[in-house]
Amino acid sequence: MPITYTSGEQVEVYRFSIPATIGIPLLALFAQAFISRHSTSFSYIDLPLLITIFFAMARRNPISGLLTGAVIGLAQDALTGLPLGLYGISKTIVGFLASSLGVKLDVENAGARVLVILGFYMIHASVFFMVARGMVSLSLTWSWSRGILSGLANAIVGVILFYFLDKFKQRT
Amino acid sequence: MESVLGRYRNLIILVGVLFLQVLGLAVQVKRSGNDAENTRLIRIWVVDAITPFERGLVWIESTSSSLWHNYIYLRGVRAENRELKQQIEQMRIEQVRLSEDASQAHRLQNLLAFKEQYIAKTVAAQVIGSSGSDLSRSVYIDKGEDDGLKRDMAVITADGIVGKILLVYPSTSQVLLINDQTSGVGVILEKSRLQGVLRGTNNGEVVLERIMSDEQVAPGERVLTSGGDQIFPKGLPVGTVTQVSNGKDLFLNIKIKPATDLSKLEEVLVLVEKQDREPVAEDSSHHRAADILAERLPSVPDKPPADVKATTGTATNAAKPGSPVKTAATTTTPTQPANATGTPQVAKNHAIANDHAAPAASTIPKALISGKPSSTTKPAAASAKPSDNLQTGTPSKAVVPPANPPSNLNSPKPAPAAQTNPSTPPQTEDNPQ
Repeated sequence: MPITYTSGEQVEVYRFSIPATIGIPLLALFAQAFISRHSTSFSYIDLPLLITIFFAMARRNPISGLLTGAVIGLAQDALTGLPLGLYGISKTIVGFLASSLGVKLDVENAGARVLVILGFYMIHASVFFMVARGMVSLSLTWSWSRGILSGLANAIVGVILFYFLDKFKQRT
Repeated sequence: MESVLGRYRNLIILVGVLFLQVLGLAVQVKRSGNDAENTRLIRIWVVDAITPFERGLVWIESTSSSLWHNYIYLRGVRAENRELKQQIEQMRIEQVRLSEDASQAHRLQNLLAFKEQYIAKTVAAQVIGSSGSDLSRSVYIDKGEDDGLKRDMAVITADGIVGKILLVYPSTSQVLLINDQTSGVGVILEKSRLQGVLRGTNNGEVVLERIMSDEQVAPGERVLTSGGDQIFPKGLPVGTVTQVSNGKDLFLNIKIKPATDLSKLEEVLVLVEKQDREPVAEDSSHHRAADILAERLPSVPDKPPADVKATTGTATNAAKPGSPVKTAATTTTPTQPANATGTPQVAKNHAIANDHAAPAASTIPKALISGKPSSTTKPAAASAKPSDNLQTGTPSKAVVPPANPPSNLNSPKPAPAAQTNPSTPPQTEDNPQ
């Protein structure tokens, strides 16, 4: 089904079991840390971001979305040596925007998901860049080509991942 | 009012959550020295939730790998074994040469009251995970507080340095790699002896900073730790220079290829104990140069005077065994011939003289000290004033060892041939003869 504009009542709202709600983000964090150890190029893939987008869009609740983003982002921060909040702030905003978009749009097909993930990846990267440069004074350089390529890679991985995660959705 | 709050409820909560995080971030940045410690609780929760899985998976991975390589896939092991044996033989030969050089260097360092840091104790650890972010180059290892690890301990491999411990948890630790942009290591270039600071960049490269642009640095030069950061002991391999270009602010832009492949770390060593000690395991009290030489150079107490004469060649005025020790000690004159050049011959002569004049602490000839032919060095017969050729009361710190030190300085027990036959040159590569 392509992107469709619907009213809030028409879109389907999903929920997840408690094990899925806790286990999937934890698994994403674990996979991110573990696979990056073997392949440094995997660190361009942001599994916690993909999980944030998926949960936020499926639940279609902005508060739930921003809290999911905040928790996953802070957990991701805790694994790095960086100050807590860099990923937390970025993912809070993405979670809020994704769930707000989810209220308006029903994104089920692969093409739409690629575009949505690419867009949120760029938003996440730009918020992270601003916070990291502005508040923590990390020496980062912005690269459009790198951002778009990473975004596309995340989008492709995201489409595959969402396909499997769809199986955990429970109708309300 | 209620309707406004209800209408913008989501936005207000978003702003509130963001405000809290920004506030937390600001507090951490302000306490930048120890920000990771301030947020320790959250980090412990996450690390405790993630690392058991990583530990389990690494265990399965390593067990299955060792099962395969140690019991099943043994193709080529015999050939490899033969090659390794040959390699061991070659390395043994090399070791003999190097140990000679090392012991010589240690003795010279000891003369200068030089202190070195030695690696006293290490703990082997396995890498179980990473930060998962390309902006934070750090890995997790399976050893922590319970194993005696502490913050800022150095982490190395057999190839070179890896990083330092950033955070310690009960059973795991986070290691900040040298290619992280927040890391810094004091290093020295092996040949040019230029000192600089090694830093990581945001794209994971390693660069050497603080080398002035008028210095000559060639690609391929090795980089070692300088010990100046008080984390890594001096002399550990860091990497090699790959690219040199002019940077900004009058400094060179030097790229380094790390000696250790930081993207494929599996096992590492954590330096849990370092020792500051003298290079040789001897009494570290303040020795005078002559004392040290007297202790180490060979003695020939039971030889008749004629033999001593023959041994020392022209050293006819060496303190004779039969002569009173005290007199010899207080009035010993340099015994080398006029053409003495600070070669092993000179040292030998002096050693013999000192042997019979044991406490001649302040009577080391200048020729021996400087290692250069001394115009003031005269045969003993012509030496009316002993003080002309003596360095009296000079502290050992000021003593400069000879440029080409005598070979019998190399070993506390020199070869007998070197003691008895003056015409036989010592077996050192830099023998001036």
